[in-house]
Amino acid sequence: MAAPAVRVSIRHEDFDLGAEVTALRAGDGGVGAVATFVGTVRDRSDGRAVASMELEHYPGMTEAAIEAMIDQAFARFDIRAVRVVHRIGELQAREQIVLVAVASAHRGQAFQACEFLMDYLKTSAPFWKKEATDAGARWVDARVADDAALARWGIASGNAAAPAPAPPHG
Amino acid sequence: MKVEVRYFASLREALGGAETVEVGEGASVGALRDALSARGGRHAEVLGRQKAVRSARNRVLCAESVLLGEGDEVGFFPPVTGG
Repeated sequence: MAAPAVRVSIRHEDFDLGAEVTALRAGDGGVGAVATFVGTVRDRSDGRAVASMELEHYPGMTEAAIEAMIDQAFARFDIRAVRVVHRIGELQAREQIVLVAVASAHRGQAFQACEFLMDYLKTSAPFWKKEATDAGARWVDARVADDAALARWGIASGNAAAPAPAPPHG
Repeated sequence: MKVEVRYFASLREALGGAETVEVGEGASVGALRDALSARGGRHAEVLGRQKAVRSARNRVLCAESVLLGEGDEVGFFPPVTGG
């Protein structure tokens, strides 16, 4: 296999899907499949026109969280390489936000690992979106459906759960 | 003991980015949250039990039952919405 490449990039700049896939496969003749997911900014959300959004993260934690998710993907699936790019800062409607790319010998493992990583990222990587809509700016709410998607992989997430009473403490 | 508290997203807008807080030995993340909320004002508005708040200790997501140590970094933030 090729020398380990940088697996996670959190940055303002856009990414090029073709270049990322080429780099992911480079030097590994055992790759027979690459599955990719690209997330983009929709121009409407909850009935409002969205002009742009601001993406905030937790420097240091976000990178480490995604690295840990990729480690889990390697433990669960027979895959050969992973690349995750997530943009931060101000993004206009229709721009690319996130890339997850997975290389494997055969398609099944690449498809599954790609979906696993996106489900995990949605509920557990510290990013926050603030939309600029025609009715003003608003923070995007987490979705219970995203927790349910992660639960399919046997991982519980209470990310979108309602507020809970305080745990007992002295 | 002292811990460094960091806020993100809507909590950062309300409270600023970070503050150093004195807590009792062996305090939990949840106890820290309640102590901050007990200050009232904006702290109570965004950290009160009526709000969904997530936490991290030393940059790893954690339950509020997790205990704190001297110099720990604690992050408080809303549910995450990346991807």
